[in-house]
Amino acid sequence: MSIPLNQLAPAASGTIESIQAGQELRRRLAGLGLRSGIRVQVIRQSPLNGPMQIRIGHTDLIMRAADAAHIEVCPGP
Amino acid sequence: MKRIVVLGMPNTGKSTLFNRLTGAGAHVGNWPGVTVDLLAAKILLGDSMVEVIDLPGFYNLHGFSEDEAVVRHFLETQPVNLLLVVLNSSQLDRQLALPLQLRELGIPMCLLLNMSDEANKLGIRIDAQKLGEALSAPAISLAAKYGTGIEKVRSELIRLLHEHPKLTQADVAAFNRDTRIELELDDLAHRVVTNPITLPVSATDRLDRVLLHPWLGLPIFFLTMFLLFQAIYGLGIPLQDGMGWLFDHLKSRWLEPVVATWPGPLKSLVLEGLFDGLGTVLTFLPIIAMFFLLMAIVEDSGYLSRAAFLTDALMSRLGLDGRAFVMQLLGFGCNVPAIMGTRIMRSPALRTLTMLIIPFSLCSARLQVILFVVAATFPPLAAPIALFSLYLASFVMAFLTAFIWRKRYRNHEPLLLELPPYRLPTWRFLGFEAWRATRQFIAGAGGFIILGVLMVWFLTHFPFNAPVAGPQTLAGWIARGLGPIFEPLGIDNMLSTALLFGFIAKEIVIGALAVIYSVGPNELSGVLAQRLDWVQAYSFLLFTLIYTPCLSTIAVIKQESKSWKIAAIAVLWPLSLAWLTSFAFYQIARHLQ
Repeated sequence: MSIPLNQLAPAASGTIESIQAGQELRRRLAGLGLRSGIRVQVIRQSPLNGPMQIRIGHTDLIMRAADAAHIEVCPGP
Repeated sequence: MKRIVVLGMPNTGKSTLFNRLTGAGAHVGNWPGVTVDLLAAKILLGDSMVEVIDLPGFYNLHGFSEDEAVVRHFLETQPVNLLLVVLNSSQLDRQLALPLQLRELGIPMCLLLNMSDEANKLGIRIDAQKLGEALSAPAISLAAKYGTGIEKVRSELIRLLHEHPKLTQADVAAFNRDTRIELELDDLAHRVVTNPITLPVSATDRLDRVLLHPWLGLPIFFLTMFLLFQAIYGLGIPLQDGMGWLFDHLKSRWLEPVVATWPGPLKSLVLEGLFDGLGTVLTFLPIIAMFFLLMAIVEDSGYLSRAAFLTDALMSRLGLDGRAFVMQLLGFGCNVPAIMGTRIMRSPALRTLTMLIIPFSLCSARLQVILFVVAATFPPLAAPIALFSLYLASFVMAFLTAFIWRKRYRNHEPLLLELPPYRLPTWRFLGFEAWRATRQFIAGAGGFIILGVLMVWFLTHFPFNAPVAGPQTLAGWIARGLGPIFEPLGIDNMLSTALLFGFIAKEIVIGALAVIYSVGPNELSGVLAQRLDWVQAYSFLLFTLIYTPCLSTIAVIKQESKSWKIAAIAVLWPLSLAWLTSFAFYQIARHLQ
């Protein structure tokens, strides 16, 4: 059962199932290490619906909820 | 000449390495078909002169962003001896994608595993030997920031240039070949990188818990901005004043006696045209230097991306991002360096939109005019309210502008910023950006500013037998022509002539008013109080705040955007907005009175 990344709660993590985005955004995300099968952890959410901070391996990224919604994750340990 | 290009993803310390390797001799190079500035330097490696070029940071050879297109275009058209690929050692698991793609071009490579100190700190171990063998390119560990490993890089480059003395053209077909490198990437990373089992809760995480705190984050951000602002302008403005004083001194002590016997118009041209124009350019230098010096510290520290995280909720609704807000706030000191500071943004649309809103920030020059007029025309109790309302107007105009133009300059790039671990700046390189920015300001904007000052000088002095800026001069004639336009705003011909001066630099509006009313600076306040009621005065202040930014601001907008069209928008849009705002205010206030 997968949910969009922006619905993953802070401190929760999951594994990326698929990325539903145009080619350009997909490549950009892939360049930053966001690919299927990769584990991602949500660190925090900025207030007032601001961007979220996520962690992949040793890299921390910030992205907006609208962009994160394109990423389907399977919640997991 | 032999040629080496430096490539890498953003945040790999590529520029630091470039600086280490080339020293201070870098210049901005022009390349056919390339629209962005590329830094290049010629250095002696072994017995041959080698040109080293720093290409923009990019993530993917097959991507479509502007930077990626620049890199691709460069490699397609320019043959090179060697690719120097800079990688962030602590992120090799994804950074190795780049050399895997670049390998397809068939150009000899050298891999630099930079930031080895950070990787060490995180407990990451890398087998450079094995990596080099797998990609048939030597791999060297280094920390460019601290200079460790640079000598090794230099001798390796000499060896490689001996081995590959001929320029190689990239295999163009490789750009369109989208190779499946993912499996190979994972396999390679697995073989050469040993990650620690668990990530130690680093100091960065602990610091972030405070600095990015849901409630504390923003207050800390504003406090940081306030301190940064104080540091830049607290140090910069006295330096600027000192520069101005020195220049005035030179003028009265040295230049005036020399030209004393010259015919009137020529003397005036040299003193009030050329010399003042040069003075305008030079007084910006300390502020630009301070700005870039301190911004480099903030950027290096990793806090700028955090500021974007904190303020993005508001700015994204205006089509901007958090970094635009930082520049807007710093524009309250001086618009010029703030506009140059938009360089940290890579998306051209985002940069343009930010450059259009910064000129509404109530800079210290405009503050001088506003304080003087407010003190002269408002009762003491109302003065702080008038001042506060003008600050408010400054934000409203900026956000309104962003809101209106956000569709035209729509930013298609999603906000995807890395939050790097907090870092300490390397003191040796701090001056580099400051020095480069000041040099570029002189070269890129200096001529334009002097020309503009000369133009206004001519308008206010011709014909030469008339009193300066009087009704008989071209300026007076223009002011009369524009009279019907300014009349509904409550602004008379004398005030509008002063606004013409304000185009050179806002702070000279007061001096210009003194000249126009032919009174001393001490009596001006009384004259203003006598001639203007508060409605007229406030209308004039609104216009002064909003209308066309000063010449130097326009010059840097032109320099940074490389577009006459955007420079024209930056002139005409605020002018229209100023007219509409003053008109609405004056008419409504007169009606209610």
